[in-house]
Amino acid sequence: MSRTYTVTVIHDRDPNPSPDAELQDALISVGNSPLPGHLLASDAVFYLRVPERDCNKVVELADRFLAGSPACRAVVEEGVGLPPRSAGEAAIVVQRRPGVMDPVSHSVLHAMFESGFDRDGCQVRTALRYRLGGMEPAKDLLDGIAGRLGNGIVDEWCTFIAGEVESVPDPFREFPAHAQGRVEIPIIEVSDEELLFISEEGGLSLDLAEMQTIRSHYVSLGRDPSEIELETIAQTWSEHCCHKTLTGSVRHGDLKFDNLLKETIFQVTRDLDLPWCWSVFRDNAGVIGIDDEWGVSFKVETHNHPSALEPYGGAGTGIGGVIRDTLGTGLGAMPILNTDVFCFAPADTSIEDLPAGTMHPRRLMRGVVAGVRDYGNRMGIPTANGAIHFHPGFVGNPLVFCGSVGLLRREHVDKTVQPGDLIVAVGGRTGRDGIHGATFSSRELTEDSEEVSAGAVQIGNPLEEKKVLDGLMRVRDENLCRAVTDCGAGGFSSAVGEMGEHTGAEVYLDRAPLKYPGLGPTEVWISEAQERMVLAVDPAQLERVEQIFAEEEVECAVLGHFRDDGKLRLFHGEELVGELDVGFLHGGRPDIEQVSVPPATRTATDPELGSRDDLQILEELLADGNVASKEPVVRQYDHEVQGRMTLRPFAGADRDSPMDGCALDPLRDGSHQVVVSCGMAVAMGEVDPYQMACHSVDEALRNCIASGGTLERAALIDNYAWGDVRDPKILGQIVECSLGAADAARAYGTPFISGKDSLHNTYRAAGVSRSIPPVLLVSAISVAKGPLCAPGSDVKDAGSAMVLLGPQAAIPGSLLQLKYHGDGGVVARFDADLGPKLLEKLRHWIVERRVRAVHDLSDGGLAVAAAEMAFGGGGLGIDLHLDGADDDRIATLFGEGPHRFLVEVSPTEVDALLLEADSAGIPARCIGTSTDDGVFRIRYSGETCIESPVDSLKKIWKRSLEAIWPTP
Amino acid sequence: MADSMNHLRPLALVLRAAGTNCDRETVHALELAGARVESIHVNALGKDPAILLEAGLVAFPGGFTFGDDVASGAVLAHIIEERLRPMLQQFVDRGGLVIGICNGFQVLVRLGLLPGGSGKGAMLWNRSGRFEDRWVHLEAGRCECPWFVSGHKYFIPVAHAEGRFEWFPDQPGESFPESQVAFRYRNSDGDAAQYPDDPNGSHQGIAGILSADGNVLGMMPHPERFVRPEHHPYWMRLRPDGAIPTEQELPVPLGLDIFRGAIDHLRSRQGDLVGESEVR
Repeated sequence: MSRTYTVTVIHDRDPNPSPDAELQDALISVGNSPLPGHLLASDAVFYLRVPERDCNKVVELADRFLAGSPACRAVVEEGVGLPPRSAGEAAIVVQRRPGVMDPVSHSVLHAMFESGFDRDGCQVRTALRYRLGGMEPAKDLLDGIAGRLGNGIVDEWCTFIAGEVESVPDPFREFPAHAQGRVEIPIIEVSDEELLFISEEGGLSLDLAEMQTIRSHYVSLGRDPSEIELETIAQTWSEHCCHKTLTGSVRHGDLKFDNLLKETIFQVTRDLDLPWCWSVFRDNAGVIGIDDEWGVSFKVETHNHPSALEPYGGAGTGIGGVIRDTLGTGLGAMPILNTDVFCFAPADTSIEDLPAGTMHPRRLMRGVVAGVRDYGNRMGIPTANGAIHFHPGFVGNPLVFCGSVGLLRREHVDKTVQPGDLIVAVGGRTGRDGIHGATFSSRELTEDSEEVSAGAVQIGNPLEEKKVLDGLMRVRDENLCRAVTDCGAGGFSSAVGEMGEHTGAEVYLDRAPLKYPGLGPTEVWISEAQERMVLAVDPAQLERVEQIFAEEEVECAVLGHFRDDGKLRLFHGEELVGELDVGFLHGGRPDIEQVSVPPATRTATDPELGSRDDLQILEELLADGNVASKEPVVRQYDHEVQGRMTLRPFAGADRDSPMDGCALDPLRDGSHQVVVSCGMAVAMGEVDPYQMACHSVDEALRNCIASGGTLERAALIDNYAWGDVRDPKILGQIVECSLGAADAARAYGTPFISGKDSLHNTYRAAGVSRSIPPVLLVSAISVAKGPLCAPGSDVKDAGSAMVLLGPQAAIPGSLLQLKYHGDGGVVARFDADLGPKLLEKLRHWIVERRVRAVHDLSDGGLAVAAAEMAFGGGGLGIDLHLDGADDDRIATLFGEGPHRFLVEVSPTEVDALLLEADSAGIPARCIGTSTDDGVFRIRYSGETCIESPVDSLKKIWKRSLEAIWPTP
Repeated sequence: MADSMNHLRPLALVLRAAGTNCDRETVHALELAGARVESIHVNALGKDPAILLEAGLVAFPGGFTFGDDVASGAVLAHIIEERLRPMLQQFVDRGGLVIGICNGFQVLVRLGLLPGGSGKGAMLWNRSGRFEDRWVHLEAGRCECPWFVSGHKYFIPVAHAEGRFEWFPDQPGESFPESQVAFRYRNSDGDAAQYPDDPNGSHQGIAGILSADGNVLGMMPHPERFVRPEHHPYWMRLRPDGAIPTEQELPVPLGLDIFRGAIDHLRSRQGDLVGESEVR
């Protein structure tokens, strides 16, 4: 016998209470501003189910632990029932749907066991009760607010107007059970139409040719596949897992590729064949050496579709997933840095422009940032590099890139599974969350996505992953495992499948620890429940491995072992539910030649600047989300934890001016620096995808050098985010992009070491399928010896010379063009000769400390970059004198292009520096000075075209994102 | 010989639990300060608390122990309360040094080890309602203790969401004892701070507090993140040539000084920690 209690913790003794932040945001987001006198409070609700003999412990637990502070009190009620509210208070109760991860309940259970509650008999669920006083909101307003506080995919809620008695659905109710045992799917005798129907109905995302190949395979075996076999094939052959478009054959005009990636960017890596590249394109992340003993891994992933539906959970599990990539690199790397890059539609997108069923970009943004913040911060990993881009084309399909850098010894880079090794699963339990994520990511987002894909979204539990991290690092350091990989898309199916690619494996699915009963073997096999890793362990080491994970309070289960006959055999209890030949699984997918159309040049349309003067344009660009200060976001991330940072995202006199990248001291001894930066040209993809890729590589490397990196040891990560690649024109863009990325990487001698593609980023709006603008995110990582040499982008002194390095810029492909509705034209060209010369020279000047400040010119061009340099000067100004024909003025001020920097140089140094640049063939000219008057001024051919106090420009630059995250 | 070595390198324990995440850099900072350091899981210490007898300092590092579920530090404080409270109290009573940083501070307050004595404290949500990472100016309290120089200025990063210290005196209206204020947030001119110089809106701008005997320190800022000059957030502005300044060239002491103060204090003691507190 057990009893149920509801413990409600009410924070009404805080001497200095502030409104509940979530509730306030939700209220504002439905168009209501809270007023003084309004009460916005939240109470934590704990539903406890405890055995009869522990009932006497509940009140003490409630008072000492669940309340446990003089600022609050606990109210204990028997049964599922909340304490009465004050008169006039409305309430919203939000709780997780049954079966959805509820991390807090785990911690409460932990504390209960500590207090002697029975380990087998207790259950906990949690909820939040929001109370709104002094405003008496109507039911429909309450429902609207509730819809912002919770997300229907993972939460359920009830609303109560003032005076209405609360009753909530049973928080302990269970899931319906799923069919157990072997399920056959008849395919060997069905028609092509039926094959497609099976793929569609089962959410397999396999095309006809693939289904036909599977049919022939099973015809030759003389039997039908079981459900689990078909699911395994679908996971393994999904775009997400095997990248069939980019590694497939493509005919592109006169060019013919057997494997696009291998023959473009990977080929550059091979040709460069650098000894410090320890692991490229074969593990969960690429690895480069710091010195002979230590190395760093780097990987960037996307989590776009889950983030579109449930931004908090999607982004959180995005960062959680890429951290597991680091943990699953070699024998495990220690995560030391996170990066994140987001693309949204502009924050001022009107409701009418939102496709049905999509969230407004402001809501997405807030959710995504909160997700990255809560997961990254709880993992104790600094999030210190990234970017946020805005483009109307992301309205139905935002992009969320999460990166992770890890630290590991050279001896831990390689892994080999041996037959007989045990398959050990560690971490979170398996549940019905995240079924079909791998195949879902290849499907179009429609207004029904929320309905059909609910299972594809998960809520993360960073605490579980942190414990796994701690245990795994110990296992690695004691050399106790032979291989490790993460459970990402496809769950056990892809983790065990990949590890057993050359050996085969035997898996007993009933041995996986489950969150709740009733999961069928197929669900266990493909569930993408978070925070799980799979290890290959020599049986002789198992005991020690189990001991370490027990000490870290991580569950650990032996699921089976690796075989030596190339067979993947899946059991549930005694029953063989699936048997696959790994040769067919990993090598059987049909390669169909794709035909692409090289993109045509788009006709130039001038941007519509109207009657704006140059200052107005500058102010509008500074306020544009692409340029505006990201400080309100960055401050929410812990970018200092682990105590390694030597260059932070913001520095300058007031610690609020933007740096070009970040740097850290990986070994905590000043002997080396790891510099991380990124580049992305969102406005250029549709104009010229080849140049877009070149510019992204160039921008990432310019940022890297400006932040203290060196070309001698710099490596790149590619992340393609593309639309519907079945469209030959869109496929053509991706081919051009790959060629551009390869050419630029070759020019700089910097290898790509890892990457990921996210294709099929399409959404349906008003019945029409639309693709996102093509984007290549390039992330750079560099290792430099010794203490950090990086001057920062903030101007240091009055009276310095401001020197512009690099060639002319252009309007096509610029932010100005995008913002003011221009299109097409010829973008500024990447120069394979100038690029490396410039970066090497600049690095040399930085090391010699001849440059006082350096900033790369990107979104918004020269005028924006110069203003940003002034923002960090602590009251300094900048005075620029530019010359040229008047019809070039806008391009000079706001145009964009590769190979461009603005640097601050001391007046005694400038002549020598300009001479050196000239003899090296680097365009360089002194275009002005820094001043002590705090004014930002640009003269063009003698006429003042921009003049404004630096402080007022800085306010404009800071306020756009502050409006989304207002401070009290 | 071993004894004299131990005397020169006092033993510091860094206590970790599920979700602790500043343990490694806290170990590093204590080592730089000259301690022998052992990182120990709370479960291991619970099984064998005798190691507390050898230690001179226990550090509760930052992080999100147990995800800060229920409240910041709540689960870890509950575990310590159930398993370790008497041993830890003995350690404190005989003058052992305890530092709680960020989550560690929250745990110490939740346990009642801070402020200790009459009246209670609570660590509550920042007035901004969110997590914030920024460098803050601090002024040390006017008192003698092992950790800092009375009245000195420090500059150290904070990174937290639940850092607002509130004071619940036994007698209504009683003010927080000035001798137990370890650090207050200040603005860059050294005056009383408003948001964001004061990131959380604490009672009296308090960033850290001491026990009545001064041997227990809790602080929200993270001194372990400032152990080399290049950790200063704008070191590149501090020298005319833009090179990394030396420690002497920094305008503020390293956060490391707080650990050095503690370890030097332990070294200066003759023999083991004994009887009544020697701290004040």
